[in-house]
Amino acid sequence: MNVTVIDYKAGNLTSVVKALRHLGAEVTVTDGPEPLEQAERIILPGVGHFAATRRLDETSLTPAIKAAIDRGTPFLGICVGMQWLYKGSTEAPNQPGLGYLPWQCDRFPDGYEKVPHVGWNSLSVNPSSSLLAGVEKGSYVYFTHAYKAPLSSGTVAVARYIEPFAAAVERGNVFGVQFHPEKSGEIGLKILRNFLELA
Amino acid sequence: MLTRRIIACLDVRDGRVVKGVQFVDLIDAGDPAALAHRHAQEGADEIVLLDITATHEGRATLLDTVRRTAQSLFVPFTVGGGIRTAAEAEAVFEAGADKVSINSAALADPELIGQIGMSFGAQAVIVAIDARRDPNSADPVRDAKVFVHGGRKDTGRTAVEWAQEAESRGAGEILLTSMDSDGTRNGFDCELTAAVSAAVRIPVIASGGAGTVTHFAEVFGAGKADAALAASIFHFGVSSARSLKESLAQQGIPVRLPC
Repeated sequence: MNVTVIDYKAGNLTSVVKALRHLGAEVTVTDGPEPLEQAERIILPGVGHFAATRRLDETSLTPAIKAAIDRGTPFLGICVGMQWLYKGSTEAPNQPGLGYLPWQCDRFPDGYEKVPHVGWNSLSVNPSSSLLAGVEKGSYVYFTHAYKAPLSSGTVAVARYIEPFAAAVERGNVFGVQFHPEKSGEIGLKILRNFLELA
Repeated sequence: MLTRRIIACLDVRDGRVVKGVQFVDLIDAGDPAALAHRHAQEGADEIVLLDITATHEGRATLLDTVRRTAQSLFVPFTVGGGIRTAAEAEAVFEAGADKVSINSAALADPELIGQIGMSFGAQAVIVAIDARRDPNSADPVRDAKVFVHGGRKDTGRTAVEWAQEAESRGAGEILLTSMDSDGTRNGFDCELTAAVSAAVRIPVIASGGAGTVTHFAEVFGAGKADAALAASIFHFGVSSARSLKESLAQQGIPVRLPC
């Protein structure tokens, strides 16, 4: 199992790479577009600010990712990496996302609960999801974010905090998770394993 | 539903656990990596490793300890103790920590909070506050003071005001230790925790004073804590984070179960 992890200098890759290696994957980390041409699978991690995705445009990673997705390469975005699949985020209004999913990410509304949403929350899982195969309804995963994606077609897991939001999305060979599978214990490892074993 | 977190804390000196939760049946009960892994297996939602090594030589040991501990740990992992610069934080992240906890260095240079957050995200920066009620104040809780150097030095700042500044500078969470309660096993300082928690919008982790399951129920209720740090409680009748959480669930507190 080979997987290419994109380093766009947004936060810490160590945990994601460590979890993938723990599952037996051969991991290539790249900050440039070339390795994506041969990549078997691609993961775009990311914590922090949506504006950091600007670097994907500056380093020509965006067109390379687009081409890989068009070729059918399985792609998984984690946290900000998931939000980047959408049109954009109100966190950085001038920075477009990939637009693969034609909706906008926005901040949790103020005045209800604490923001950011930090901790273990439960999932309502669409049983047809291939990424979440074997993940039972009510399973807990670890979140840390202040912005979130809306429910839409393609949403395969819903979490609730102040309001329901997309915890996981799946469309063809493109997948995204708002939570951190690399920090979500056995459930998270199962989700990463599902991604690595996608046919 | 978002659950309340139970965080297991390991105090480490020169690469060995000196305090905190231990398991008698572990072959090496002083090995942080073995203990952290065991806690995660037994239901802890997160692990905090607090380095209390004083010497410079010990710092290299710390990075090795962090690396070994993080190796097979797949829950959030925080490292604190003695991190004074963004470069030191970066080394700890590269060794496998997900978050760093900074205390006196943040008080000495509050810009450090934003500097670390800039590179690693606000969620990766926990500001730890050691506070003690001010007996000379008309409102001892609201005026609880921040202490550094193991509680020997009063900074003159209040916990509430410093927590607010830390938030505005980009801290992701506050780890609040009540120095009045720490080590007593008589319960968390719920009033202090509630005062700080209500003053900020970021999560507050309560620390100091845990002795019984009821103490956790209190700090999650009246104390408005988002998470609670557990260390020595596991020596005194509570066998694991899992059993603690099972008891809390019976009292209607949302916790991650099964875990």
